Amino acid sequence: MSRRRVVVTGLGAISPIGNTVPEAWENLLAGKSGIGPITRFDASAFSSRIAGEVKNFDVTEYLSAKEARRMDVFIHYGMAAGIQAIRDSGIEVNDSNADRIGVNIGSGIGGLPMIEETHDDYLGGGPRKISPFFIPGTIINMISGNLSIMFGMRGPNIAVVTACTTGLHAIGMSARMIEYGDADVMVCGGAESTVTHLAIGGFASAKALSTRNDDPATASRPWDKDRDGFVLGEGAGVMVIEEYEHAVRRGARIYAELAGFGMSGDAYHMTAPDTDGPRRSMLNAMQNAGVTPDQIQYLNAHGTSTPLGDKNETEAIKLAFGEDVARKLVVNSTKSMTGHLLGGAGGLESVFTVLAVHNQISPPTMNIFEQDPECDLDYCANAARPMKIELAMKNNFGFGGTNGTLVFRKF
Amino acid sequence: MENIEQRVKKIVAEQLGVNESEIKIESSFVDDLGADSLDTVELVMALEEEFECEIPDEEAEKITTVQQAVDYVNAHLKK
Repeated sequence: MSRRRVVVTGLGAISPIGNTVPEAWENLLAGKSGIGPITRFDASAFSSRIAGEVKNFDVTEYLSAKEARRMDVFIHYGMAAGIQAIRDSGIEVNDSNADRIGVNIGSGIGGLPMIEETHDDYLGGGPRKISPFFIPGTIINMISGNLSIMFGMRGPNIAVVTACTTGLHAIGMSARMIEYGDADVMVCGGAESTVTHLAIGGFASAKALSTRNDDPATASRPWDKDRDGFVLGEGAGVMVIEEYEHAVRRGARIYAELAGFGMSGDAYHMTAPDTDGPRRSMLNAMQNAGVTPDQIQYLNAHGTSTPLGDKNETEAIKLAFGEDVARKLVVNSTKSMTGHLLGGAGGLESVFTVLAVHNQISPPTMNIFEQDPECDLDYCANAARPMKIELAMKNNFGFGGTNGTLVFRKF
Repeated sequence: MENIEQRVKKIVAEQLGVNESEIKIESSFVDDLGADSLDTVELVMALEEEFECEIPDEEAEKITTVQQAVDYVNAHLKK
């Protein structure tokens, strides 16, 4: 039996540069930064005081005030992006297909804001102040859970948790579920919202965050010589993926084919990156897609703007593609504008990668003022570039040495 | 100042996501206003907050209608 093919038929996004897919994509191509001073809490005591916050988001466009109050913000974002993607796909969930439609939207950390607030309530008023909705409002699989209830989707109901690879792994593993026959349609991706004392404090303590507080818009600068850490972002990216024949039968618009998925583990260090894991992840994805390195034109990188990570990914790309082929690739980091959405990153950036293939254009990597000589690939610096993209690759890597890579093909 | 009944109805409306106009004094939270078991726990917490009192669990279980909530508050409100 030949492998079931998987295509992308719906997209949704809540991001620091826009709360719809068209708005975020337009701002991305224009090189607009979504980074600014932290407004969610008083960050004056912290070494990093900037973030890519979602702006002007009205949850009541998607949920009733009563429902929204009982869910933490990462669930709001994940559901909003999921609802957008489902509407965009045009799929109608009904009795005949509901068992074959599933949800797989993960998060890296989950409901940290509500955990912090509830702990404050507990310290102030004792155990009776803990809401009965605290647990279902903060646990990671409740984007999938709530979305499945809202639309009556009765297929796989699951959530991936792999730090900053979460969103990508969710999409890749959902594609596997469709290939294997567990489902015909999956709503998949990632969401995150942790602009809080503990998250900023924790990443700052690990020296992972940029401290360029006086110039937020240029703080996320992947592959620039003076990059000094990542900028925390928030939001969600979700897509509807679907078995090819199923999509054709219902006359769905197909953005791109999800042609390959690869994974690997570093088995190296809790937080520090390694070249071998990412190298094998990229090779596994290419093998799964049945393509060779020279067939790929565009790579949406993990590209977080940390001194170690950007250099490491550059070296891993060279190892996976071969040095000569790697130099012909256009490599891009959209985190230069959105910041790092952690578990949401793979979701949002996969949406952008699909749009790059669909629209035949690479978004820019902003803020490359002086390119690091040790990072010597073509990063599409500072301006979007129309180009032929037959095949695109998407990387994400996470704490714990977890790696994932997707390959999308022009349709 | 609003009376007890108005304040209770306001909280019920907010907690259960229903219009205040739909709430009658005899309304049952579960049967008439669509509350589930978690909703009723949260509703009691909100009543405690509003009226600065503590409602023991065994008492809270007996509060199933707007009237019962109003009666409880009237009987226990700090004078």
